[in-house]
Amino acid sequence: MEDNLNTEIQKLQAEIENLKEKIGSLENSRKDQLSIAVVSGDLDKVLAAMIMSVAAAAMDTQVKLFFSFWGLSALRDPHKKARGKDFISKMFGVMLPKGTSKLSLSHLNMVGMGPKMIKALMKKQNVLSLEQMFKEAGELGIEIVVCEMSMGLMGFKKEELIDYPNLKYAGAATFIADAGESSIQLFI
Amino acid sequence: MIFIMTNEELVKVSVAKTIDARGTACPGPLLEAKKAIGTIGSGEVMEIFSADEGTKVDIPKWCTKQGHEYLGTLEENGYYKVYMKKK
Repeated sequence: MEDNLNTEIQKLQAEIENLKEKIGSLENSRKDQLSIAVVSGDLDKVLAAMIMSVAAAAMDTQVKLFFSFWGLSALRDPHKKARGKDFISKMFGVMLPKGTSKLSLSHLNMVGMGPKMIKALMKKQNVLSLEQMFKEAGELGIEIVVCEMSMGLMGFKKEELIDYPNLKYAGAATFIADAGESSIQLFI
Repeated sequence: MIFIMTNEELVKVSVAKTIDARGTACPGPLLEAKKAIGTIGSGEVMEIFSADEGTKVDIPKWCTKQGHEYLGTLEENGYYKVYMKKK
């Protein structure tokens, strides 16, 4: 009788240990972090990404952004130049907007009137401009990772990107790994 | 935590810091509150002035998340005064 009881107790203890381990790994798998993949280069989309990021950071949520493809346009510094580009890269450089001030809206762009109007409205209603948001983001420690593959495809060079604190360069695997730990993952 | 005070109590509460965020829109007021929270001590009360209606919902959510106490909101002419106590 006693032997049976002991065996049962040991089984239960083993199960409890097992469950404790599982709970431990569950608790660590989703931390208070926001991951956003910014693939779009539209003004409204990048703005949405930055507002959400800044709001999250204001709530002490860690934020990791991954800029890829058309999103790279937002990271171009209009005052910087990069040399040594081949023909296709030069074409990309000319055809894509150079920096946040040149991004177009995804709707109602109205041949460039749209962004002008929305920026004027934002200023009137005291909404931070996209440039100000990037600055706040830098101060709040929001991490920006640039997609190396997109950089290579479009022929952008590191020296033509904006000065952003701790700007990192990596691939999709980094985004997936970081996003896997986040409690919120968004694709913009 | 949410511990709503009555309007009479709110008017009388002693405030350690006032943040006038009426010149900014979302996420401005929340950002200013977050920056200022480090300057007051535990148990002290902060009031945030905002013309943005979202702020009176954002601040309580932030308080719940961070463990501060949301005390209530007074509505003035054209703006809100949001009160919270640092944990």
